[in-house]
Amino acid sequence: MKVKKQSPVLIQKHHLEDWVGRIYTTFCVSLLVIIIVSMIYFVASKGLATFFTNGVHVEDFLFGTKWDPNGENPLFGALPFIVGSFATSLLAALIASPLSICASLFMTEIVPSWGKRILQPVIELLAGIPSVVYGFVGLTVIVPLLRDTFPGQGIGVAAGAIVLSVMILPTITSITTDALSSLPKGLKESSYALGATRWQTISSVIIPTVLPSILTGIVLGMARAFGEALAVQMVIGNAPHIPQSLFQSASTLTSIITLNMGNTVMGSVQSNALWSMALALMVMTFIFVIIVRLLERRHRI
Amino acid sequence: MKLKKPLLMMGTLALLLVVSACGSNNNATQGAGNSTTETNKEVALSGSILAVGSTALQPLVEQVGQKFMADAKYSKIAVQVQGGGSGTGLTQVSGGQADIGNSDVFAEEKLKDADADKAKELVDHQVAVVAMATVSNKDTGVDSLTQQQLVDIFSGKVTNWKEVGGIDEKIVLVNRPSSSGTRSTFEKYALGTKVDDIAGSIQEESSGTVRKIIGETPGAIGYLALSYLDDSIKSVQYDGVEATVDNVTAGNYPVWAYEHMYTKGEPNEVVKAFLDYMTSDEVQNGDVVELGYIPASKMQVSRDVDGNVTKK
Repeated sequence: MKVKKQSPVLIQKHHLEDWVGRIYTTFCVSLLVIIIVSMIYFVASKGLATFFTNGVHVEDFLFGTKWDPNGENPLFGALPFIVGSFATSLLAALIASPLSICASLFMTEIVPSWGKRILQPVIELLAGIPSVVYGFVGLTVIVPLLRDTFPGQGIGVAAGAIVLSVMILPTITSITTDALSSLPKGLKESSYALGATRWQTISSVIIPTVLPSILTGIVLGMARAFGEALAVQMVIGNAPHIPQSLFQSASTLTSIITLNMGNTVMGSVQSNALWSMALALMVMTFIFVIIVRLLERRHRI
Repeated sequence: MKLKKPLLMMGTLALLLVVSACGSNNNATQGAGNSTTETNKEVALSGSILAVGSTALQPLVEQVGQKFMADAKYSKIAVQVQGGGSGTGLTQVSGGQADIGNSDVFAEEKLKDADADKAKELVDHQVAVVAMATVSNKDTGVDSLTQQQLVDIFSGKVTNWKEVGGIDEKIVLVNRPSSSGTRSTFEKYALGTKVDDIAGSIQEESSGTVRKIIGETPGAIGYLALSYLDDSIKSVQYDGVEATVDNVTAGNYPVWAYEHMYTKGEPNEVVKAFLDYMTSDEVQNGDVVELGYIPASKMQVSRDVDGNVTKK
């Protein structure tokens, strides 16, 4: 009798644990979904209010070149900031990608033994440095260097791109390294067996094979550069104009938001226009994520 | 069952926390209520104060808040200070989320148009004065600028220092963002007019960064609160008047603004005690001066929202 009584209890306990686990994970997942959806809703409702409540035209916002929210005739042209954001992050990717790819090749193909032992911690360290430190180093080292070498004040798009390129180096490097070290061994060996040199193997076998992963790394790096606020804000100058040269003051979407958000009153047109920029940033992040997804789908070894 | 127990315990704990939090809140409001009805002075005030807003005023409120809480008379009051900017301060105090909204500008200047009614509900407490000096890089060769010269420089008409009697060096403007309270003070009282942002100018919000850039960039000009002046930059006279505390209090130097602490309606007992403490002689002549502000009580002139200056 006792044995018969025990067995259903055991099953029940099993079921209970199973259910608790299920309910807990479902709860966590739905909480995550609720947070994401409400954030999107919050930013979108505030950002769209500029157009629907305050009557600013979308074209004026996206393509207007004059930003003057406090003027007699307030103008909300965000094009200079959109241009600034794209210019800095593209330039940063352009500077950082070759460096990162070379570093990854060095760690995986050329000197995997001690190269990886030294480079890996160094690159991880780069990722851990707070962005305000990058900004300060940029302001004390890079800006004076640019000011002495090139015409202009040193502060500008170039300084921003250089600071950002160091910040996104770890992202691109680690993703490329992961892809390189997960390559099937046979690929390289067959290339060597055909008589190809190491350089020929790297340039015509390895790089083309991992190219989608490298591009994923670059896109993720650009997304990080696009969203970075503090370090860029310190070195870019933040004038609301499209710069004429790389060494002239410009501004990014993020730097304008951080500079002005605290000074504007919630619900006013100025504040809403800043939220519209946040919305533009969010949309760009989505686009970056979609690009990465597409690249990943193409990439199956 | 193994999993259920900690969950249950966590639940009870959470419930207990909520209950105790409610309890202490009740006590706080009761304490404040008691002291209004009973004239007995021995009932100590208790409660909490949240002051939000201006980062320019934040260090002062923080320091005075610490001293206030350390005072045995007010030991049951908790003062919490947050930054966020003048706009945030005004939004939160008129929305009721904060007890005090710190602002560098009059509420009427920020809360305009649709929000104008909100500004009327706010009560202004001027706790200090901040004066701003025009500052430039050390090697410009210019010691004094007139109002017209400043307007020409900040509107981009004059682009080289030699045009205002200095060396042959391009002028680099270091401005504040257009929404900044510091900038509106400078535009209103030094320039007398609003100016557009010039292409190529530099905009920074933090005073430390502004000072660093002006100190290092040849030909740079900007403006800083008096407490930020040091040897790395040069303070430029305004129409021949040096930016000093004495000149400001006497009404000779016009580029200054009040630091406001706004409450929604008249403050309650607890908040009033803190504001009174803030304007007490001890704080005004101690912490206010020590942190580089000018005591509001020392001013021999006063100014209203529209900028009309009257002798006290």
